[in-house]
Amino acid sequence: MNRQVTLRVNGVTQQHSVEPRLLLVYYLREVLGLTGTHVGCDTSQCGACTVLLEGQAVKSCTILAVQADGAEITTIEGLARDGKLHPLQTGFWEEHGLQCGFCTPGMIMAACQLLERIPDPSEAQIRHGLAGNLCRCTGYHNIVRAVQHAARKLLETKQR
Amino acid sequence: MAAPAVGSRIKRREDPRLITGTGNYVEDVTPAGTLYMALARSPHAHARLRRVNVKDALQHPGVVAALTGPEVRQIVDSVPCVVDFPDLKKPKWPVLAVDRVRYVGEAVAAVVATDRAMAVDAASLVQTDYLPLTAVTDPERALRPRSTRVHAEFKDNQAWYSLTEAGDVDSAFREAHVVVKQRLVNQRLIPLAMETRGVVAQYHAASGLLTVWSTSQNPHQLKSQLAALLGLPENQVRVIAPDVGGGFGSKIDVYCEEILACIFALRLGRPVKWIEERRENFQGTIHGRDQVDYVEVAAQRDGVITGLKVKVIADVGAYWGFFSPAIATSTIGLATGCYAIPNFRGELYEVFTNKTPVDAYRGAGRPEAAYIIERAVDLVALELALDPAEVRRKNFIGGPFPYATAGGMSFDSGNYRAALDKALQSAGYQRRRSEQKRLRQRGRYQGIGLSSYIELCAIGPWEMGAVRVDAAGKVTVLTGTSPHGQGEETTFAQIVADQLQVAVEEVAVQHGDTAVVPAGIGTYGSRTTAVGGSAVLNACLLVKEKAFKIASHLLQVPEDRLTFAQGTFAVKDAPDRAVTLAKVAAQAYTGSVPGAEMGLEASAYFEAPNLVFPFGTHVAVVEVDPETGEVKLVRYVAVDDAGNIINPLTAEGQVHGGIAQGVGQALMEAAVYDESGQLVTGTLMDYAIPAAEDLPLFETAFTVTPTPRNPLGAKGIGEAGTIGATPAVVNAVMDALAPFGIRHIDMPLSPERVWRAIQESAKARPARRRGPSARRRGS
Ligand code: FES
Ligand code: FES
Repeated sequence: MNRQVTLRVNGVTQQHSVEPRLLLVYYLREVLGLTGTHVGCDTSQCGACTVLLEGQAVKSCTILAVQADGAEITTIEGLARDGKLHPLQTGFWEEHGLQCGFCTPGMIMAACQLLERIPDPSEAQIRHGLAGNLCRCTGYHNIVRAVQHAARKLLETKQR
Repeated sequence: MAAPAVGSRIKRREDPRLITGTGNYVEDVTPAGTLYMALARSPHAHARLRRVNVKDALQHPGVVAALTGPEVRQIVDSVPCVVDFPDLKKPKWPVLAVDRVRYVGEAVAAVVATDRAMAVDAASLVQTDYLPLTAVTDPERALRPRSTRVHAEFKDNQAWYSLTEAGDVDSAFREAHVVVKQRLVNQRLIPLAMETRGVVAQYHAASGLLTVWSTSQNPHQLKSQLAALLGLPENQVRVIAPDVGGGFGSKIDVYCEEILACIFALRLGRPVKWIEERRENFQGTIHGRDQVDYVEVAAQRDGVITGLKVKVIADVGAYWGFFSPAIATSTIGLATGCYAIPNFRGELYEVFTNKTPVDAYRGAGRPEAAYIIERAVDLVALELALDPAEVRRKNFIGGPFPYATAGGMSFDSGNYRAALDKALQSAGYQRRRSEQKRLRQRGRYQGIGLSSYIELCAIGPWEMGAVRVDAAGKVTVLTGTSPHGQGEETTFAQIVADQLQVAVEEVAVQHGDTAVVPAGIGTYGSRTTAVGGSAVLNACLLVKEKAFKIASHLLQVPEDRLTFAQGTFAVKDAPDRAVTLAKVAAQAYTGSVPGAEMGLEASAYFEAPNLVFPFGTHVAVVEVDPETGEVKLVRYVAVDDAGNIINPLTAEGQVHGGIAQGVGQALMEAAVYDESGQLVTGTLMDYAIPAAEDLPLFETAFTVTPTPRNPLGAKGIGEAGTIGATPAVVNAVMDALAPFGIRHIDMPLSPERVWRAIQESAKARPARRRGPSARRRGS
């Protein structure tokens, strides 16, 4: 009993017939081949699967593809524009905000929404904003730095 | 001349793919026609397995094949463990259980289906009939004479015993001014790499080639093991560890799932994929630590330690993993820390229990040693009312190096005092102490904790590095190490860039594919830079040797009249007669040079002659809320000495991550089993690892004491943070709780445990209550 879904993912309209039990994350990874979004747990704790759904950071392992029907979705693959990295991506690179990189796409997407809400966050606000994303490699030190880096760059661009 | 690349903060070359979501992890590998594997696992910690029936599972839609223990045993009789000691009890670890299950999560059957969900559904249809038996979960009880045995073929659960002795321990204790004793529990931990394990096995019948993508830290060892287990020649097995999402030791082992995926792939001629669920990861991937340690210290009144007795009871779980028997031997080997303790007795009991096997988890035996000795030193300081920093200073090994320790190690180099002094200075230790006094008067409980740890790395036996300069002068490096977050695509390029005088961007480092890299050991035990980097360096030297020959031919002067600087070979005294490395490389592939064969490449094996011993001092500052028992980590200063540092940026990253895991053990993490052997902290909902909000920014610095034991002078930094952090944090909390008369609490120092200890101390000594009420007066 498959169901038809239509989504806009990274600006491209997608239409597929999917099993109702298919999680959004597997729709992205296995149906669309967007493997940048990762799965790190089965209890909605790790945040490796974070994507933007209508601009909101959501854990794509926790909603079904059919629930996302009609939605606009951005994944890590859709973040760079015209071959130019998003300031969060450069921030993570410059500040060594990743090691194994497995948590990174989810971290970046969560940070995206954080900076949307709070353009100039304090260290505490960054840490709080990333509370739903786990990293086992970095101790978060350079992730905080990366987000601060991106915030600075984004503010500079706005002021220009 | 351009600044040397080694020692520079160069941002990582692996990052562009990882920050754009275009990395390639095992889960991203799905060859056409892939089948999915799922396992049925034991819900019992100990049971007779009377029947396993896969008939219903096979009838489920989409199911292609299934396997059970007896059938698999015909092909592979045990999951491998490569360590052998005299008198080591070595039971077989069946790939799928046969007759008995010995821990919750042990695999009993495997099914393969055309899609992931179908495979999982089918695995739940496997019928089993268990007769539950008493489970043994406490290692000390497991050692008792009448304990239930985990392996009926052995007379008891003592898997191995060793005794290490030096000096005259009994006299030291007889003559001591004070003797301090403590039982310390080093709790079981879950390694918890954010990427779970996974494997894809593909067999190409026409060529006879088996290709295996695995989340392995050591693909070459996996290749050799799989070939041996499956009876294939090694040259018909290719293992690829693509991007791997962290390992921390848990991805060293050869696991049953890798063996099963290969058996299915060989049988079915189709690719077979298995991706571990997090729930399975908690039960089916090796665990770390799990020791009960008894420590006794003999000391003089002035704080000089004269003797140490350590009894280590290591709970190894139900079976031996790849390196398991060796893990706790490092605890004994490093139990005397960086201190000159002449009289030592170390007893090690390794014990089977009905729990998941324990193997290497970040630090692997060394964090346990650091915890024992660093807690013990603090207890001596407390007993004698001395400053813990002073007690450390009094006991540090002062050289000369190499220094033979009572634990049987040969320390390469060290300046323990310098690291301590630097850490104390950065932390403003003296100021902190007066501040602490002031705060206490106001009812605030700050604690300052030190740990002067020692670490052991550069585990052998060797590593391979190859360097090739192509005809255009670009460089390719092959390394047998298999980084999975450590960043050697960058740091090894830095080493090569300096040697061959090329830009870092012109060096491509390849790893992780046994068909690309001819030989290797892998990445674990902080060995990658010291052993793998040294192999790469030596390969560079060979390439340069050959390049000199070619340049000498091109410039028509003897080699000893040539210099090599800024990528150019030039004639001494006639610098305008010169030829670039690129030109030399082009010549190497086009024209013949007398006495030199074509090509410009070389490979080198670096044999690790002996271990190297990084060290450092960490300082943790915590504040404990006596009303709630909550511990807040306020400040963290780490001074580490890993010898020469190739890239401070990535080295700091290693320290940060290590500290986070060490803090996790001190304050939050614990793999808890109930009496019946159920893992009650079996998901991320019950097992807490540090999140961003639990940690502060870390202040890191290095001292540099190169090792003479490899040409880089580098030691290893991957595990240092984890080793240093746990005792530093626990010592800080105990320091904070000293006014309550609390001497020790076992980890993790959760609010509940701390609160209870405060309550009990308040009951036992009502006078101490003054603490909290003083705050009311003060505020
Ligand atoms: S996969 Fe862990 S929260 Fe979604
Ligand atoms: S970089 Fe490895 S989990 Fe975050």
